[in-house]
Amino acid sequence: MLDYVIGKYNFWIYAVLMMIGLYAMMGKKNLVKKLIGMNIFQSAIILFYISTGVKTGGATVPILMGHAQEHGHQAIDVAGYLNPLPHVLMLTAIVVSIATTGVALAIIILIYRRYNTLEENEILKIRKDTGV
Amino acid sequence: MAEQFPALIIVVPLIAAFFIPVIGWWKKQLCYPWVVAVLVVTFISSLGIINTIMTTGKFSYRLGGWAPPWGIEYALDYLNAFVLVIVSFISLMVAVYSKKSVEDELPEKTAPFYTLFLLLVAGLLGIVVTGDVFNLFVFLEISSLSCYALIAIGEEGAPIASFNYVIMGTIGACFYLLGVGYLYIATGSLNMADLAVILPNMYHSKIILVAFAFFTVGVMVKGAVFPLHIWMPDAYSTAPSAVSALIAPLMTKVAAYVMIRIMFTIFQPRFSVETVPVMTVLGWLSFIAIFAGGIKALAQTDLKKMLVYILVAEVGYIVMGVSVANKIGLTGAILHILNDAFMMACLFLVVGAISYRIGTRDIHKLHNLNKIMPFTMGAFTITALSMAGIPPACGFFSKWYLILGTIEAGQWAFAAALLCSSLINAVLFFRVIECAYFKPMEPAYANDGGETHMVQRDEAPLTMLVPIVIMAAGIILLGIFSGNIISSIIQFAVPASF
Amino acid sequence: MDVVCSSRPLWAVLVSMIAAFLILATGEKNRNIRESWTIIAALIKFLIVASMIPLILQGKVIEYTLFTFYPGICLQFRVDAFGMMFGIVASSLWIATSFYSIGYVRSLNEHAQTRYFFAFAMCLSSAIGIAFSANLLTLLIFYEILTIATYPLVAHKETPEAIIGGRKYLVYTLVAGCVLLFAIAMTYYLTGTLDFKAGGFIGEGRGSNGILILLFIMFILGFGVKAGIMPMHEWLPTAMVAPTPVSALLHAVAVVKAGVFGCLRVILYVFGPNLLHDLGLWILLAYFISITVVGAGFLALGQDHLKRRLAFSTINNLAIIILGAILLTKSSMTGGIIHLANHAFMKITLFFCAGAIYVKTHKEYVSQLDGVGRQMPMTMGAFAIGALGLSGLPPINGFISKWFLCLGALEAKQIVFLFVFLTSAMLDAAFFFPIIYNSFFKKLPAGIVPHFDEAPMLMVIPITITALLSIVFGIAPDAFVRFFSIASLAVQNILGAG
Repeated sequence: MLDYVIGKYNFWIYAVLMMIGLYAMMGKKNLVKKLIGMNIFQSAIILFYISTGVKTGGATVPILMGHAQEHGHQAIDVAGYLNPLPHVLMLTAIVVSIATTGVALAIIILIYRRYNTLEENEILKIRKDTGV
Repeated sequence: MAEQFPALIIVVPLIAAFFIPVIGWWKKQLCYPWVVAVLVVTFISSLGIINTIMTTGKFSYRLGGWAPPWGIEYALDYLNAFVLVIVSFISLMVAVYSKKSVEDELPEKTAPFYTLFLLLVAGLLGIVVTGDVFNLFVFLEISSLSCYALIAIGEEGAPIASFNYVIMGTIGACFYLLGVGYLYIATGSLNMADLAVILPNMYHSKIILVAFAFFTVGVMVKGAVFPLHIWMPDAYSTAPSAVSALIAPLMTKVAAYVMIRIMFTIFQPRFSVETVPVMTVLGWLSFIAIFAGGIKALAQTDLKKMLVYILVAEVGYIVMGVSVANKIGLTGAILHILNDAFMMACLFLVVGAISYRIGTRDIHKLHNLNKIMPFTMGAFTITALSMAGIPPACGFFSKWYLILGTIEAGQWAFAAALLCSSLINAVLFFRVIECAYFKPMEPAYANDGGETHMVQRDEAPLTMLVPIVIMAAGIILLGIFSGNIISSIIQFAVPASF
Repeated sequence: MDVVCSSRPLWAVLVSMIAAFLILATGEKNRNIRESWTIIAALIKFLIVASMIPLILQGKVIEYTLFTFYPGICLQFRVDAFGMMFGIVASSLWIATSFYSIGYVRSLNEHAQTRYFFAFAMCLSSAIGIAFSANLLTLLIFYEILTIATYPLVAHKETPEAIIGGRKYLVYTLVAGCVLLFAIAMTYYLTGTLDFKAGGFIGEGRGSNGILILLFIMFILGFGVKAGIMPMHEWLPTAMVAPTPVSALLHAVAVVKAGVFGCLRVILYVFGPNLLHDLGLWILLAYFISITVVGAGFLALGQDHLKRRLAFSTINNLAIIILGAILLTKSSMTGGIIHLANHAFMKITLFFCAGAIYVKTHKEYVSQLDGVGRQMPMTMGAFAIGALGLSGLPPINGFISKWFLCLGALEAKQIVFLFVFLTSAMLDAAFFFPIIYNSFFKKLPAGIVPHFDEAPMLMVIPITITALLSIVFGIAPDAFVRFFSIASLAVQNILGAG
């Protein structure tokens, strides 16, 4: 059992992180905490992707050298190179996550200006009192 | 030229969106014609695509010239060409409509509004056109991000609704991303067509099951499928009217498209139907959605809120058509994507026009509206009849195929739900129609000087009225020509594996 | 059977639809032009329908296919003898009703006349559509249009009662529409076709007996609501709040006749005599309908409101028509089909009279009618003819149909139903004779001397014409439009095929 947990530790870490993030998004009342939860959640996924690309034993980045066409026919030592795709995908995902955070922060500012608080229950109370 | 359309349809609005701040800074009035012109180009491109497909069959576009399993491929077949036309046409109509309502609701923010508007459209078109699961995620986020911002500039309560949407939407998108990750671990491919070839050998694998579950939940959140719709009513009803008219018909429909893609293209129906009981679950969820949406809608007095809850039920229709997983049911679902996009767009446009002119959306305050805005109310009535499933409006026909599909699947309860829902819709809309056409003027309004009982006609401005009338005419025409649409497009759009 | 392809059925439907939009476009300001559209359309429609009679009598069938929705389902018109019967009745009586309506609404200075005439024309259009439908789906489409087009007429007065009446009407008919939609979808699923065929197209073995029985019940429920079969008749008396020409239209020309027409189509052209015999359904339905025949007669006795009394008389007569058809013998079917026409002529006379009395004296209750006969002798004379006819007295056309119906009951060897027919005739007499007696002969209190004061000519002339026609068709059932030949031809087709 322990071997199972340790052997796949990257998955366990990402699962735990994800749950923390999910809890913060659902359970916390403060909007900024929710946002932080969201960030943890996204980072967990990024870590998950990156960890799938890991190769131990001195594998390196596959850089396409000048005469790609000629090398194309040669057998490539797969163990010697990392799969770059998960990393590249995560670059995009990081951009997306930053953009989301930015939009969310802007919305939080908007909310703060309107209600002068960031506690969800207080906002609900204010809205109830004003009859909206 | 024709083979460049798939790229043009994305690139043109995407690039054009970044010019808008510049144009707006130089001359604010130019933003509107610019957006309309861009959307005309995308609409023409989408027509070009569907025309090519109807004459020469499906084709694909390689982005940057990279061959499919490695590079990003825009794969076009009947299904996504069909959805492309819907998306580009409705966004064009809403753009034409938006002029006055943006001037009225967001006078200072014209340029940012149109920038986000175009980005949203580009995102939606991208989701539909792409043949790559990760690329789909990127476009999903482009459209969602612009959507969050567009909702947040709405009325009182919009920021908080938008924030909830950000949280829920991000969870949905992340789940989708996880699904992509699992598929990638298992297959090493991100291309839909490639996945469809590799996957059948691994259907027993747990990784694939997990991926499928993440996909389903992620898309359900984005498409506001019951019970993951909770973010939607507040967000859509507080958004500016031009925004809700764009996202209400399109976001949910595009998500429904993605659902069909995942379940029947990436995975085989064999897997989606037999290996996992997801279809049964989805069917019963949509069953509940139809009733829950209808009943919640009955409780609303705000016209826009009512529409939003009806949308929950309408999404239920489409998911139900998908869940019965037979040819005729899926035909109904795809037809309903078209029909419901038209109906919802028309209804939201009408509501926007009403609140622009009358300043209220309370259904009890719409007395004599047929005299004030006869054309708008005419369009509303046609759409309402269509929603209630009265032929020859288009709503009847999608309902007909959906019911046939449920009967063929032996799901009597689903058929009953569809029928009950059209009755609920009838009640909902006749409540409004009764008020607008038959209730006499309230004395409080009629008492201006005691003499003038005649109501002044005060129709919506032309830029609003024209799209409304076009949509309403479209609803009738789509109904009459539904046979042609099915025989020339939809029957090929239904995945061949049925 | 020869099939002739011709677009005449389509034009018969379209002509009043086009007129409806011309009416809408002309509007309130040019009343005379607007009314002339109604008249012109009514005349053209009648001529088109009448021009098809010779072909029908030669045993030919006129077909026209408009669209194909799905393999096996088309929007198709087919004029056969039975459809012709309903077509002639509706189109000929529309002429009378048009003149009468114009007189009525102008005398009372009704509001929203444009809407009124628009809805009226739409009703007629769909009634003809129902008559000439070639299959169940086409029938359903026009049936639903009829439902919606009638709604503004029922709620026309815009008083709270009228709005409630309208609501009730919608609830009953829309629910029925849903049941029908489901039944039709089931039929399509079981048989793969929806085309009417004389003698029925649902063969045995298409489904288990249980399913077929359920299907039949759903069809009868669906069409029975409009036909006012008890206990689904409640909307009909409530809808009497509508203006009188509307009641006349509801009762004699279009709406309830459409319900009966649908029932007969289902009995004779979908299930067919053989299947109904084998399943033993005919005797069940016959007993069920008998309850309505007798029950409605008794309920009519208790009504003081003249139009409500007429409404129950209608329910009674409609049930007689269905009873005639379900007895499944040659004479009873002939009687039933011909009563469809005869009842229309008599009942429209009665309603016209009720309207004329209301316009002139504003009296609505039976107990107020003392002496009216001396004030309005022509109107009450016509009323007497209609009432006597409904009681089955020769030489008025009601006698002919009742004669055949009684013969049919004997042929079917079911004496019970003979008594049902006779009881109903007796009840008819019992609730009409007091009206006639009181209005002509009752002594008025001293000091009140009734003077001659007739309704406007535009109303009296249609009344006289329909009353005279009732007599003419009683003496020569085959006069002018050859009702009798057409009815026998229809029966021949049904029995010949079975």
